Amino acid sequence: MVDVLERPAAAGGDAHDDHVGHGDDGHHEEHHAVHGLLNWLTTTDHKVIGMSYLVTSVLMLVIGGAFAMMIRAQLATPDGTLVNLAQYNQLFTMHGSVMIYLFAGPFAFGGLANYLIPIQIGAPDMAFPRLNALSYWLYLTGSITMLLGFATAGGPANFGWVGYAPLSDAINAPGAGADLWIGALMLTGFSAIFTGVNLVATIFYLRAPGMTMFRMPIFTWNMLVVGILILIAFPVLTAGLVMLFADRHFGTHIYTVGPNFYTISGHLYHQAAGGVPVLWQHIFWFWGHPEVYILALPFFGMVTEIIPVFSRKPLFGYKGMVFATMAIAALSVGVWAHHMFTTGVVLLPFFSFMTYLISIPTGIKFFNWIGTMWGGQITYSAAMLFSIGFLLTFLIGGITGIILASPPLDFFTHDTYFVVAHFHSVVMALVIGGMAGMYFWCPKITGRFFNERLGKLQFWLLFIGSMVFVGPGYLLGLKGMPRRMAVYVLNPEWQHLNELSTVGAYLIAISTLVFVVNVIVMWRSPKIAGPNPWDANGLEWFTTSPPPHHNFYSLPNIRSERPTWDYNHPDAPALHHDDHDPTHVPGNKVEAMA
Amino acid sequence: MKVESRLLLWLGVFVGILAIVYLIWSGEYGGGVMLVGTCLLGLFPGLYYAFWHKRMGHRPEDTEEAMIPDGAGVVGTFPGSSIWPFVLGMGSWLMVMALVFGTWFAVPGIALIVVALAGGTAESRRGGEQH
Repeated sequence: MVDVLERPAAAGGDAHDDHVGHGDDGHHEEHHAVHGLLNWLTTTDHKVIGMSYLVTSVLMLVIGGAFAMMIRAQLATPDGTLVNLAQYNQLFTMHGSVMIYLFAGPFAFGGLANYLIPIQIGAPDMAFPRLNALSYWLYLTGSITMLLGFATAGGPANFGWVGYAPLSDAINAPGAGADLWIGALMLTGFSAIFTGVNLVATIFYLRAPGMTMFRMPIFTWNMLVVGILILIAFPVLTAGLVMLFADRHFGTHIYTVGPNFYTISGHLYHQAAGGVPVLWQHIFWFWGHPEVYILALPFFGMVTEIIPVFSRKPLFGYKGMVFATMAIAALSVGVWAHHMFTTGVVLLPFFSFMTYLISIPTGIKFFNWIGTMWGGQITYSAAMLFSIGFLLTFLIGGITGIILASPPLDFFTHDTYFVVAHFHSVVMALVIGGMAGMYFWCPKITGRFFNERLGKLQFWLLFIGSMVFVGPGYLLGLKGMPRRMAVYVLNPEWQHLNELSTVGAYLIAISTLVFVVNVIVMWRSPKIAGPNPWDANGLEWFTTSPPPHHNFYSLPNIRSERPTWDYNHPDAPALHHDDHDPTHVPGNKVEAMA
Repeated sequence: MKVESRLLLWLGVFVGILAIVYLIWSGEYGGGVMLVGTCLLGLFPGLYYAFWHKRMGHRPEDTEEAMIPDGAGVVGTFPGSSIWPFVLGMGSWLMVMALVFGTWFAVPGIALIVVALAGGTAESRRGGEQH
């Protein structure tokens, strides 16, 4: 069944009074008489696919979080016996893999972006709906494949989420668990590539009239840049995985050093074969560092949408935000080997300098977020609290990242808990930012509000828990505690800091339970949200909550990056980015808008 | 399409400069090749969009003064529902299972992929007429 969608030819009026039709709205629902499981299996609706991504990725967050709780329980005492050494290797590998590959990215670019991008730009769906559905099925099967490792005799992969050669070769990591890990990443890799294609094509080709590139919501801008980064990075990883699999099973020596045995006409021959183990690190991190921004930029975009709404001001420095995002993305392809300083075979000044450069556009973003809040009428809703929590937590991760960009300091802290703490500051910021997005857009997606009190309770538990969880890690790293060690019987003085970190981790787990309770409360005692409960800015707030099939019954004319706000506030002064508009000065806008 | 093409062209040019500096300075080819590939990934589609921008001019979505009805006409053809992405996904999954657990998984895997590709193509051909 296919819908051929047309835009209406009828003329509209001004931004306030034209409320013109968009799409053949009268009969959309008729095409989807199928319900239940069959509807889920056959859907190509970006909203259903986005919801599927959200639910699956949150489930992965819970699974990955459960692994984290086991790790922290093990480390609470110097001689923990919850798991043995081999199981500990599997636990931290699967914790990292599930969180990075199956939660953080898919939640953002598969879940919220899938749901929101077409609506934010006034489109009826993603550009390639069936490809979009295929992306989800590859992601789901990839997730199942990775977790299937637990059902194999040797257990799941155990070489860390980075899969370094030669730890990941057939000798050091035999068994199906490692192959399932590789296969899972191939599936999720293709899933991500297809999503990247869809994001870029949708944003380039399906914007509503008047929605110029520099009127797109910042979240859409960030997802466009993420889509491009996905297309740069993920094919490299997927190709690298194919070569890793070939090394393990087909006798190639791309990453491994050793003799190559082969037969010709029944005769066994061998020749010296010299692979380069560090090549895997080059390939992995050429994906891995853009991946950091593939993970982070969506959440930057989310809080950039939220902060202006709850500060009652337009975004301070819209174009600055856009160019900062582009700069971060461009620079991120030239910093991969800062993860490899201690290998001794990389160009230290080049990668150190490039890494330092990234802090400039990131600093611009922080300046603009603060500028947006400055002088605003701030409402401390749950979404806003999560957004501020994101800024603070990410700031800590960013600053410690600058420390690690310095080769001498990196040599000192490499493979210690300092790196673990830095990385977890960043990813906990993403979790907090993701929750901001959930609380902000949930009324749009479900038509219902979360309970604000429970949301604020969840925020404080999550925020304090994150600080208590990661803070001791920095100190442990400086004291010399290596990462990926299951016991530390020779250094019992590390116990108190580890106990503190474990308490923090369990606070985070409790915050997750509060979130689950909030979902149940929202489900069983619905508090209905209207189309625009926050008096927000983007086109997604112009349509019903939840939006209809193909998203819009009508659209306003688009005259700025805040079309819905413009429509609802026709007397407010227009935004002109090219002018030196005094209303853009922090503190002035409130009066101008009043 | 002007902004779109410039975005990609600037990316290509920036990474191209980066590739030259990196290759000359480090002499390391693994990273150098990946940077050159990224440069081309920016330049090729960027030039493609620039070509189409020159041919098409501004679209309603590129025009600040455009009204919603300026985009009147067919937006696109969107499949209402389709089982084939699911079938193709399951076929791909079985192919990965074949890599791990044994080639016999490839038999149903290839069958599903072929059926899905044929079904999806046929659906596309007849779909527009059903509306």
